[in-house]
Amino acid sequence: MSYLKLLTVGLTAAFLAGCSQPTIPDPEPSDTTYGDSGASTDAMGDGDLGAGEYIEDPSAGELGMVIYFDFDSSEVRPQDQDLVSRHALQLGENTRLRVRLEGHADERGSREYNIGLGERRSQAVRQLLMIQGVSASQISTVSFGEERPAAFGSSEMDYAQNRRVEIRYTN
Amino acid sequence: MRNKLKLSLAILVLAAGSSNAELVIDVQGVAQPTPVAIVPFGWQGSGVEMPLDVAAVITSDLRRSGRFEPIPESKMLQKPTSGADVDFKDWSFVGVEAVVVGSVVQTGENAYTLQFQLFDVFGRKQLVGYRMPTSRGTMREAAHRAADMIYEKLTGIKGVFGTKVAYITAAQQGQKRLYSLVVSDQDGENEHTIMESNDPIMSPAWSPDSRQLAYVSFEGNRSSIFVQTLRTGNRFKVSSKPGINGAPSFSPDGRKLVVTLGGTEGNLDIYTLDITSRQLQQLTTHRAIDTEGTWSPDGRYIYFTSDRAGGPQIYRIPATGGTPERITFEGSYNARPRLSPDGTRLAVVHNDRGNYRVAVMNLARKDILIVSGGQQDESPSFAPNSDILIYATRQGGNGVLETVSADGLIRQKMASGRGDVREPVWSPFPRF
Repeated sequence: MSYLKLLTVGLTAAFLAGCSQPTIPDPEPSDTTYGDSGASTDAMGDGDLGAGEYIEDPSAGELGMVIYFDFDSSEVRPQDQDLVSRHALQLGENTRLRVRLEGHADERGSREYNIGLGERRSQAVRQLLMIQGVSASQISTVSFGEERPAAFGSSEMDYAQNRRVEIRYTN
Repeated sequence: MRNKLKLSLAILVLAAGSSNAELVIDVQGVAQPTPVAIVPFGWQGSGVEMPLDVAAVITSDLRRSGRFEPIPESKMLQKPTSGADVDFKDWSFVGVEAVVVGSVVQTGENAYTLQFQLFDVFGRKQLVGYRMPTSRGTMREAAHRAADMIYEKLTGIKGVFGTKVAYITAAQQGQKRLYSLVVSDQDGENEHTIMESNDPIMSPAWSPDSRQLAYVSFEGNRSSIFVQTLRTGNRFKVSSKPGINGAPSFSPDGRKLVVTLGGTEGNLDIYTLDITSRQLQQLTTHRAIDTEGTWSPDGRYIYFTSDRAGGPQIYRIPATGGTPERITFEGSYNARPRLSPDGTRLAVVHNDRGNYRVAVMNLARKDILIVSGGQQDESPSFAPNSDILIYATRQGGNGVLETVSADGLIRQKMASGRGDVREPVWSPFPRF
């Protein structure tokens, strides 16, 4: 569970004093502090029966969750096809399961273009899942480009670990 | 002949009159910087010292430009604080071409008058003199404005010492990463974190009036585009569609953003988004990656990166829609276009024999000049005078910022104590 800490801090008025250009109004003026997102409550008392929640398929933990890609490629390699098929089977058997495909790129080149390359990889896995019968509504994609590296170095080995799609079950 | 000028960190911090400079600058040479003298300013007011060493700020600004070499105080034969006391013979003997004198006078509890005069030593005449009201909170800004006026008089180029820079930093915070969006003066002083998150933040972009920043945030594991007002810290979400919401950049009139949307199917295309009405117009429809849109300063075109021909190259399309036209042909990789505010040059990330470097293309001549020297240089952004660029490079595994003159001759490193620094964007000129 990832908790989001987020706050905004106003700049000093000094910086902006004297600006005369009309500016775009805030349609939704908001608090300067934003709440946790993605947080959930965990308390379980003895007395009340709380609302239940679905348990993640334990076999999902045994499946590999990361697919790696060659340089400048968004093709799922032959040795990873079977892994994707096993996820497809699992998602097909339990249509309540939802999956988020997180695409990543290595650090070389421009950041927003790398977002595009990461998305191409998550879409390649998505297409492969859908061809095998997984419903589009079970899948979402996101690309982090080079922003969330698995390895922080700048060697070919680090780059190979960073060119990846992570498969995350979200319920 | 090129004269390498190296300044130690300690000297610069002292010269800047501060001990907590976030970004510390290391100047890498220019041909024959002009010798000048900035005489310590006079002070009339309560207390022994003036609130800010104004001469030190001006000295630091002029030195960092790489075009001037301010002489040390120990070499000054006289220290006048007003123009009437300037003896041109003395300054001519010392060998400086220009002299700046001035003073700060306290006029109220938190009210001061800063005045300065710039003299041409050989011509024996005043080039500019100016007096401005200021306060403790605005004195640094006033000193930068004085430096801007001096710089413009001596070079004919508008100074950018009074401008800001925004950038992203990433640092480890326990088990998590902490991403921050930071705004500072262009010399690294006066830094403010305006947003932070444990999820990535990227692609900051200034509004043309310098009052707002657009950026991409991945909070909640999805990408959204926000516009945040700096003064209040208030922000609003302008795009949060399924798939990618990325690469925002303001139109010259500030009413629209160009953005990249990917949709459920993940096909990245360029759109314009009216900030108030939220109306979208799709400009590109190609199956390739189309992203990193940026407006031309006259508002007529949007330049963007596309890999429709294989590798990424720069294209432009009329801002109201039309047929894309390819702009870059040299090299296998050209991405992240940014135009100089005067519209004559295009900065890109260019693959130079395996190294990703900043290149500047002259749009009339179509030639490309590589102006950075690293292996992973990225995110070039022009200063509002079109004469300098800032970009991110790597040093010891961390991102650091560098500036370079558009002709590639004067390069400066800005060291930081903030971990990984990236995606610098230079603000427009402040409006008075």
